[in-house]
Amino acid sequence: MQGGSCCTRDGCTSMSRPNHQLGPLLDLARDRPQLPAQARNMSPIVPRGSIAGTALVAVVAIMTFLASITTGTVLLVGASAAEWQSEVASEITIQVRPLAGRDIDKDASAVAEAARTQSGIVDTRMFSREESARLLEPWLGSGLSLDELPVPRVIVARVQPGTAIDLEALHRRVMQTAPSASVDDHRAWIERMRSMTGATVIAGIGILALVIIATIISVSFATRGAMAANRPIVEVLHFVGAGDRYIANRFLRHFLRLGLEGGLIGGGLAMLVFGFSESIAGWFSGTPVGDQFAALLGTFSLRPSGYLALAVQAVLIAGITAWASRRTLLTTLNEID
Amino acid sequence: MVRFENVGLRYGLGPEILRDLSFLIPAHSFQFLTGPSGAGKTSLLKLLFLSLRPTRGLVNLFGHDVSLLGKDQIADLRKRIGIVLQDFRLLDHMTTYENVALPFRVMGRDESSYRKEVIDLLKWVGLGERMDALPPILSGGEKQRAAIARAVISRPHLLLADEPTGNVDPTLGRRLLRLFIELNRSGTAVVIATHDMALMDQYDARRLVLHQGRLHIYE
Repeated sequence: MQGGSCCTRDGCTSMSRPNHQLGPLLDLARDRPQLPAQARNMSPIVPRGSIAGTALVAVVAIMTFLASITTGTVLLVGASAAEWQSEVASEITIQVRPLAGRDIDKDASAVAEAARTQSGIVDTRMFSREESARLLEPWLGSGLSLDELPVPRVIVARVQPGTAIDLEALHRRVMQTAPSASVDDHRAWIERMRSMTGATVIAGIGILALVIIATIISVSFATRGAMAANRPIVEVLHFVGAGDRYIANRFLRHFLRLGLEGGLIGGGLAMLVFGFSESIAGWFSGTPVGDQFAALLGTFSLRPSGYLALAVQAVLIAGITAWASRRTLLTTLNEID
Repeated sequence: MVRFENVGLRYGLGPEILRDLSFLIPAHSFQFLTGPSGAGKTSLLKLLFLSLRPTRGLVNLFGHDVSLLGKDQIADLRKRIGIVLQDFRLLDHMTTYENVALPFRVMGRDESSYRKEVIDLLKWVGLGERMDALPPILSGGEKQRAAIARAVISRPHLLLADEPTGNVDPTLGRRLLRLFIELNRSGTAVVIATHDMALMDQYDARRLVLHQGRLHIYE
């Protein structure tokens, strides 16, 4: 080693020692023959097996599954509600009630005609007596003669899409034609629908927030456990001059991989559930539960954009796993030093 | 290179275990740090390695007042210090070669740039045949040599060794001392903490003696 050279002292780490200059210390090796070296840097600095990953993957998978089911359900409800709203908003219902001394059929025809000439109305359809009877069947039973009952006549007016109807003018025109007529643009019902959809979305966001918080807590505990188990490695890395960021990144790779594994499993399972949901819904069709769900969620089929949202969400949860892990890592490294 | 001025150290609210330490460690110097068990040798090494901060006084390392350094700067300074601990601190999942190459790996250097250097050093310390072996199957002496090789591979400006011959037989102890002397001759300042008088008697060097928390220097 005497006479060995180094490029410069400051910041230089490369040694250039001719072998013949190592003579004085070769006696350390006299008792063993020197073999050709096969060694290489193959081992990860933080061994994969030193992090209890299975439990964390399971937790992240379950969390991602719950989050995906929540998001998918919110998307289904939102899509169905939007469909109902657009259907309902494109119609106006006019009722003509029976009034003593007036011919309800004549009034109904006159109202239908008056509504048709209103700007923005493209078509009107008057429900026949039989159709009105069918509407009342769930409450009054079948085989009932409506002649003796003061059943109003219903006229449905279809609104040209994208047109704002002057409801006041329509109401005035209809009242002039038949004083017992009333106009309903379903605004109250749409408002209720909007409230219900909003409540569903808020509940969904609440569940997602809880899932994310639970994920962060689980990951933080897992990270602390991993750091405790690998404390000797962290200390050695400090000894050889590794900064906290370098050490954190060595661990982070593991946690990002675990997060992605969990996200892939949970998100994939949720996608399969939605993929088979139409078949599952088919098994329950005809049952009261099945009918209620069909009424609420339509066909159960998630659009391609919904699947994309679930995939993005799974990646997001993997990212949150990595972020929570990094945060805990840096805090723990501060404590270790 | 290293300057201590009136440095004191206490753990928590306990008594001061190092008191009024004032000394210099010049570049290229060689010194033994000795004293009875519990005198604070390891604590002083930790202060030198920046693992501990002094409770009072000034520690200046490579021209930096350590009380003003952030964690990243401390990590950078540690790259200029090699340390050999009593318990070796080798990573059991890595081969001897990988353990010795670890400082270069942490620096982000490409393996091809240091491979020959690591192999040469391993051969030099007699571990050429054991470079693929994992630490659990190495003998105490082999682990000691691997730990020393890891400490010196990046040609530190300052080498700190805590009882480096404590786990080896006298013959190997003498060989390891020669290794440190050779390193010192190549420009590295060396501090060897030991209570092995026989080892110190083998080489005429400065002695820093810790006794009851105070330092006495014998040039």
